[in-house]
Amino acid sequence: MAVSAAFFYLFSAIAIASAVMVIASRNPVHSVLFLILTFFNAAGLFLLLGAEFLAMILVVVYVGAVAVLFLFVVMMLDIDFAELREGILQYAPFGMVVGLILFTELALVVGAWGLAPEITQVIAAPAPSAAAQVSNTEALGQILYTRYIYFFQMAGLVLLVAMIGAIVLTLRHKEGVKRQSISEQNARTPATAVEVRKVKPGQGI
Amino acid sequence: MTIGLGHYLTVAAILFTIGIFGIFLNRKNVIIILMSIELMLLSVNINLVAFSSFLGDMVGQVFALLVLTVAAGEAAIGLAILVTYFRNRGTIAVEDINMMKG
Repeated sequence: MAVSAAFFYLFSAIAIASAVMVIASRNPVHSVLFLILTFFNAAGLFLLLGAEFLAMILVVVYVGAVAVLFLFVVMMLDIDFAELREGILQYAPFGMVVGLILFTELALVVGAWGLAPEITQVIAAPAPSAAAQVSNTEALGQILYTRYIYFFQMAGLVLLVAMIGAIVLTLRHKEGVKRQSISEQNARTPATAVEVRKVKPGQGI
Repeated sequence: MTIGLGHYLTVAAILFTIGIFGIFLNRKNVIIILMSIELMLLSVNINLVAFSSFLGDMVGQVFALLVLTVAAGEAAIGLAILVTYFRNRGTIAVEDINMMKG
């Protein structure tokens, strides 16, 4: 128990510190790297909570895809980031006030919060007990592919739309680049492709 | 000392507040704003998974999975828009994005 508590404090402290660095660091590349660190530590928190599948998905999806995408865009765009940081302190006090109010409200909610006694009757899909020897991934799959199949397919649809949207937005055809045109190639006939010439002896064409 | 649900909720609240603050702090830089939104979505995910774990209800993890999906799609579309905008205008400063202002 003490070990898991120590790990909770370790993961959450690193996650919060690196989240602060995400928004405070001067170099956006450093921001992305700290974002990756935050996601790794959040995955550690998920592991402590017993959500192993989500922890691995967080690492694969966020670190492997989203953060690398961010890194790619940050490095690809030729932007003067120093110019973008001008006047950063102008909004800091206002942001601090809003953040403090929000955090106070959240802290009040967390402080005064309690579970309703009848909460155990409204649990939609009870997690398998430890004695059942069912892994988290299996338990998640058993409800994700049955009761929540429409949600699952809707998530797939969201990803499809995102993929098509990203391609449509960024794809552009450059002028003056020679490309293979398969339909044109297939439309060729011997009549258009081959020409028969009589070559006289001793002369070229 | 046992770690309860309140501990996880506090961590999520702090992360969410950092995300909000990041939007105010980096008002000109769209990339950092997108990263702040990712932080806020992550804190929501921590909340969902913490409740799922402490209440013994798997549905929270299903919803966290859906939030993860939407976050990934949102990042992809946002960055695609950013790249297109940078190609057309040569800048990503938020205050220059006002062509549609009436």
